[in-house]
Amino acid sequence: MDTNLNARSLSPTSSPLVVVDGVRQRYPKGSGESLLVLDGISLKLGTNEIVSLLGRSGCGKSSLLRIIAGLLPASEGKVSIAGRPVAGPANDVAMVFQTFALFPWLTVQENVEIGLEAQGIAPAERHRRALAAIDLIGLDGYESAYPKELSGGMRQRVGLARALVVHPKLLLMDEPFSALDVLTAETLRTDLLDLWGEGRMPISSILLVTHNIEEAVLMSDRILVFSSNPGRLVAEIPVTLPQPRNRLDPTFRQLVDDIYALMTARPAGKTSGAFAGSGISMLLPHLSPNLLAGFLEAVAGEPYRGRADLPALAGTLQMEIDDLFPIAETLQLLRLAELAEGDIRLTEAGRRFVDLDSDDRKRLFAQHLLAYVPLAGHIKRVLDERGAHRAPASRFRDELEDHMSEQFADQTLQAVTSWGRYAEAFAYDEATGVFSLDNPV
Amino acid sequence: MAKRNEPAGIPAPLGVASAAGAARLWPNFYDIAIFVLIAGVFAAVAHGARGMVAPAAWLASDPVTLDPANLPDYALRTTLRMFAAIAASLLFTFVVATLAAKSRRAELVILPALDILQSVPVLGFLTFTVVFFVGLFPQSQLGAECAAIFAIFTSQAWNMAFSFYQSLRTVPPDLDEASRHFRLSPWLRFWRLEVPFAAPGLIWNTMMSMSGGWFFVVASEAITVGDTTIKLPGIGSWLALAIAERNVPAVLMAVATMGAVILAYDQLLFRPIVAWADKFRFEQTAAQQRPRSWVYNLWRRGRLTQRLTMLASSLYARLYAVVPRRAPTPQSVAPVSAGRAADMVWLAVVLVLVGWALWRITLFVDQTLSFHDVAEAIGLGFLTLLRVAVLIALASLVWVPIGVWIGLRPAIATRVQPVAQFLAAFPANVLFPIAVVAIVSWKLDPDIWLSPLMVLGTQWYILFNVIAGASAFPTDMREVATLFRLRSWQWWRKVIIPGILPYYVTGALTASGGSWNASIVAEVASWGDTRLEAAGLGAYIAQATEAGDFPRVVLGIAVMSIMVVACNRLIWRPLYRLAEKRFRLN
Repeated sequence: MDTNLNARSLSPTSSPLVVVDGVRQRYPKGSGESLLVLDGISLKLGTNEIVSLLGRSGCGKSSLLRIIAGLLPASEGKVSIAGRPVAGPANDVAMVFQTFALFPWLTVQENVEIGLEAQGIAPAERHRRALAAIDLIGLDGYESAYPKELSGGMRQRVGLARALVVHPKLLLMDEPFSALDVLTAETLRTDLLDLWGEGRMPISSILLVTHNIEEAVLMSDRILVFSSNPGRLVAEIPVTLPQPRNRLDPTFRQLVDDIYALMTARPAGKTSGAFAGSGISMLLPHLSPNLLAGFLEAVAGEPYRGRADLPALAGTLQMEIDDLFPIAETLQLLRLAELAEGDIRLTEAGRRFVDLDSDDRKRLFAQHLLAYVPLAGHIKRVLDERGAHRAPASRFRDELEDHMSEQFADQTLQAVTSWGRYAEAFAYDEATGVFSLDNPV
Repeated sequence: MAKRNEPAGIPAPLGVASAAGAARLWPNFYDIAIFVLIAGVFAAVAHGARGMVAPAAWLASDPVTLDPANLPDYALRTTLRMFAAIAASLLFTFVVATLAAKSRRAELVILPALDILQSVPVLGFLTFTVVFFVGLFPQSQLGAECAAIFAIFTSQAWNMAFSFYQSLRTVPPDLDEASRHFRLSPWLRFWRLEVPFAAPGLIWNTMMSMSGGWFFVVASEAITVGDTTIKLPGIGSWLALAIAERNVPAVLMAVATMGAVILAYDQLLFRPIVAWADKFRFEQTAAQQRPRSWVYNLWRRGRLTQRLTMLASSLYARLYAVVPRRAPTPQSVAPVSAGRAADMVWLAVVLVLVGWALWRITLFVDQTLSFHDVAEAIGLGFLTLLRVAVLIALASLVWVPIGVWIGLRPAIATRVQPVAQFLAAFPANVLFPIAVVAIVSWKLDPDIWLSPLMVLGTQWYILFNVIAGASAFPTDMREVATLFRLRSWQWWRKVIIPGILPYYVTGALTASGGSWNASIVAEVASWGDTRLEAAGLGAYIAQATEAGDFPRVVLGIAVMSIMVVACNRLIWRPLYRLAEKRFRLN
């Protein structure tokens, strides 16, 4: 069990630091119903461990983090930290934000002190502790700088110092590296792991939210994988590789591959594919047809020749899973590609599409769009049936809003509009908000 | 871009910018309720004021004279009135806007109230407030001072409150989360998060308010209500006396003094504060072009001034240390759903007040006014509306091409922009006598030639907003237009006019609002015994004020308010929304 060969190689103690029990989270939807974003989440976090919550955008992992932080009340279920139930922001917890959330009008020093100031700690003590935290995180010399003078990596260090200075037991990190460029992010990860390994941070556990599979494997002792719509805990993967970990290590690669396969597996019992909802109320991602075509070409070309390993493809195309998965799943919905075991494979139609010229591509796309995307078919049918071949978009938006939030309805309608225009299956006039069949030919 | 220098970037254009207000066109229940309430309060105050006899004891004690030695003192007093009003406006903003942002029920009443109040012709207020304040302090000059300060306050407070309210409602969610997460008490949060975040918008609006305020300070120093004539020592009174005595040199001296005062205010206060406030901008990247001010640079370099800065910031830190830290409220997370019963009570209170206001109005109006009066006021209102519309159109025809020409030439724009802002701040009413002399000596028709005075001070808002818009117009789009060799008319229609439309609408809206207000002073002018009058609602209100005919004043103000609100809702807001949606670049 004890594989972390460093100063922190204490095994998790028996009394857990965080207990999440049966948490469900709903958001109100347009029509009075509510949208379930987290469903039956139960987990425990011990001391001396780094745990990742891994999932795609919209799987509710950030909501869960905010529930644990006491920023968001759970609709159902209980959360306790160090044995005390969470009822609002607590002293034991500090959070690092994806957007850094620094106050631009405060200096680095003042930003770090803000949490202590709120606790009513005397200025001298505040000053001393802030300097120590700034020093620890490698920002000495920047105390009087303003955030807008710093690079993204530096800003996130300030965010980290601000969190550590209040001496929390639990450090929550909400996609802390995703707003940074690749190199900066890697440096910051390494520094964080070093500080953790050497036991220099005054915290006992880290809970990290991420959508980056490699980051999760690189950093955590345990990975909790979430499914989307609604967010459910689908797997718990212990990572026993010793630190520091090597991304090129075959065991590392295998683990990454396995997680890709797990995350692209079709949920049992769902026939409509990966998207939430079914039939015309399926929630669609707004992706440009050009992007879909480009992706098909990339998979069809060398070195993949129609079948690509997703982690490798993600590396080549420099895509995060939040970019990659929606494309792959849209192509799967359109029957132009298939996903299986962490691979993407072009279907016969998909291969044909790549070889066609522009007009024939549109024709093929139109066939698949109308046949396999129920909302597109529905709009086309309505337009065909009406004498004037015109229908207001609001009509379809209302239908969608019976099943999803206003924002999702907009997104879905935009997706279908964009695909329909590309396929020349129907036209849409932005100024009047009307769908019609009169394509300018 | 150099957003900070330019008004169009930040400020909430009057009458358009309310977060809730911008979303709707037609008055809802609260709009109407608030309108009735405000009119009712007017009626009540006017009723109470009618019987009052203002004691004249203090008037004679310190008469205004046209002695140039007094002029610096007068200028100082005028300026002090201005600052007293701005302090009152800031206090009002912090209290009322915060209340509106934090309490849903308060918001329902405060927002429409602000919206209507900023459309009410401020000079019309003067009638009641003078009598009211003089009655409050019968033995001293304080009453008249308060009336003047209150008049300036009413020209300044509303858009500042709007700006602050909007900032409070748009605090970035991540900073909101961070401050909740680190458990900042509401007091600490206010001074550490909300005020700094709101600072740039509030400072800009305060500056715009001050610019507008000079007009009203001049207008409110010397005023006659019925038998009461008040002349407070100040530039406005100096000017009034100079007009009465037909003293041209004295008028010119007033113009020069006012120019010096505005210049000093611009250089010593406006620019340093704008330069300083740059650090509160909520942008994570440093701007290439930051606002500069020589005074601010001097200040930062001086040793003594650095000490003062440190002292000020430690005082600010004390400010939020004085309130003991509140124990963190555990359940501060969920927005508590408001009780139904409390809502009903609230609604009932509003309805009762509206009922009271309606009763007051009918009581008041019934005594003296007939339907004929209402028709007359409305008819005159349309005359003034016609003037405003024609003049704004003319001013646009002149200033839009000039503004575009200047704005596309950055070297010229940086030099002209401060001048345009200076001109906007200069109280045009100081220049009125000069125009009146011209009209009298050439025997021009006052119905036509008094009208330009209405836009004399407000046309600059069009100019500097258009300059700002043209400066912000992207170079690549200009290059495209040049490459395709768009012909001149095509270039105006397809390229530059859509490009500057949001800025133009902001400017034209501000200008037209100001012109309505100015009509009360501009449609009636005198030079010694010669009196010029143009037929219009402004003249109607001015005459009623002089005659102490309160019912007609209330009627005139109500009609003017309705017309201004209607113009805003029916023309400017839809136009502004269209401009924002279609033509806002980036």
